[in-house]
Amino acid sequence: MAMSQTRVAPKRGDEHDVEYAVSVRDVSKNYGDVEALKDLSLDFPRGQLTSILGPSGCGKTTLLKIIAGLLSPTSGEVEVNGKAVTGPGPDRAFVFQDFALLPWASVIRNVAFGLELRGVARSERESIAQKYIQNVGLGGFENSFPHELSGGMRQRVGLARALSVDAQVLLMDEPFSAVDEQTRRKFQEDLLSLVQQESRTFIFVTHSIEEAVYVSDQIAILLPRPSRVSEIIKPTGIRNKGTDDIRRDPEYLDIVDRIWASLRSYVE
Amino acid sequence: MRNRPLFLKLLSAVIVFGAWEIAGRIPVSYAFPTFLESMSALAALTLDGTIFTAYAETLKPLVVGIIISAVLGIGIGLWTGLSSKFDWLFSPIFVVMQAAPLAALIPLLIMVYGIGLTSKVLVVCIMAMPVIVLNTSGAVRNTPYTLKEMGRAFLGTERDIMLKIVIPAASPIIFAGLRLGVSAGFIGAILSELKITPTGVGDIITYSRSIADYPSMYAAIFSIIVLAVLFLNLLEKIERLLFGGNIRGYVSD
Ligand SMILES: Nc1ncnc2c1ncn2[C@@H]1O[C@H](COP(=O)(O)OP(=O)(O)OP(=O)(O)O)[C@@H](O)[C@H]1O
Ligand SMILES: [Mg+2]
Repeated sequence: MAMSQTRVAPKRGDEHDVEYAVSVRDVSKNYGDVEALKDLSLDFPRGQLTSILGPSGCGKTTLLKIIAGLLSPTSGEVEVNGKAVTGPGPDRAFVFQDFALLPWASVIRNVAFGLELRGVARSERESIAQKYIQNVGLGGFENSFPHELSGGMRQRVGLARALSVDAQVLLMDEPFSAVDEQTRRKFQEDLLSLVQQESRTFIFVTHSIEEAVYVSDQIAILLPRPSRVSEIIKPTGIRNKGTDDIRRDPEYLDIVDRIWASLRSYVE
Repeated sequence: MRNRPLFLKLLSAVIVFGAWEIAGRIPVSYAFPTFLESMSALAALTLDGTIFTAYAETLKPLVVGIIISAVLGIGIGLWTGLSSKFDWLFSPIFVVMQAAPLAALIPLLIMVYGIGLTSKVLVVCIMAMPVIVLNTSGAVRNTPYTLKEMGRAFLGTERDIMLKIVIPAASPIIFAGLRLGVSAGFIGAILSELKITPTGVGDIITYSRSIADYPSMYAAIFSIIVLAVLFLNLLEKIERLLFGGNIRGYVSD
């Protein structure tokens, strides 16, 4: 677990290697006749949270799975820490939009499952899992089963599983879509402090504009299929504000408005 | 069945046996003995040891056939479920096997394999295997895609994904197939003793019918049913031992 405590030492090499944890270059993805992504390029600064924002069906999950190495792009390439992605790797962990929990396994086994697949001994993986179960606020539910949890709790199990494997890059596919508005705000605050504590690179898919502005260091707005990045917004001014003040900040409201203005033409 | 209190089980047994007793007393047919007559015949068969020697004979093709069907059936099922090529090759065979009228095939089996144990084992297999294969392959093919994808994302090997995701996910349906297969195997074992050569329990049935000793005949049939139920319960125990968590129900999302 040493990695999560210390910032990843910048590697020598050209500027990109140091600054960006993940670079997507000219990636296209076709599903048969459907062009999901077209020549999409995007860089993800190390240690920061980048949101991918766009209307439903525009290819956000597709992009995330390509970065994860679960899908291969039709053309173009993805680099993680300067190395081309050819498949899933220990440097990336995924939080699935539909949770993907093992229904027959308890919370603790689900959270430890990534470590189990890596061959970590049981007592060790369970103590790591225990720590992250506490972190995401599921203490006391270690021995519950997924069907006994609410949607939001299941989502947090998926989050804890991704955190446990200690990957530098966290790929989160709409992790807060299954929770009510109050819980969602709580999660967003938790995520902000997680980003500050964990010095990992977070890639976060959402279709909530407010959420993206609230949690992100950088927001990439995707246009509907075939998707490219239409705009990158960096809400730097509000990042140093306290979590309570952000939503009242004029810059926050400004950015939300600006994004809405550029997206509204695509929403009928 | 598992959660139903013992009381309800006993109650349903009392109702069924009571109805049997009444039907025997009316009588529905002169060839239909009462429950109590059948039970005393069963006691007699048990006391003079006839039933044990009979089962020693009947269990041979039954147990061998069921073990072959389970091992081979699950193996072929996993294989066809995971590879569309083998699915294309094998599934039609088992669909045909399942639909074929067994009685019509028996003379053919006797011609090829004689009247010995081999033919009887084959009858058991023909009865038991198709449903095991078809259930297993169907279950494996329907493993939720995101679970397999999750396994890959967290660096599981093919083998990990098979053992820790695909098989546990498929296990309830595999075991449902095994239960159906075992029941069908029992039918196959008795059928083979009635149609090929009268041995074991099939012999008791044939012989007692020929001398109009109907209580003994029904006693033998009853004992088969009891044995089948015990066997199915054992299977359920095995399932719970291996895949305990699965019985806890599924998340529907
Ligand atoms: N396996 C697939 N086969 C064919 N088409 C697909 C497949 N997966 C996705 N698509 C198509 O690609 C497009 C992008 O899908 P994707 O799941 O990436 O969207 P998304 O932005 O994540 O949407 P949402 O916000 O609803 O989750 C969609 O139009 C979808 O129809
Ligand atoms: Mg999606």
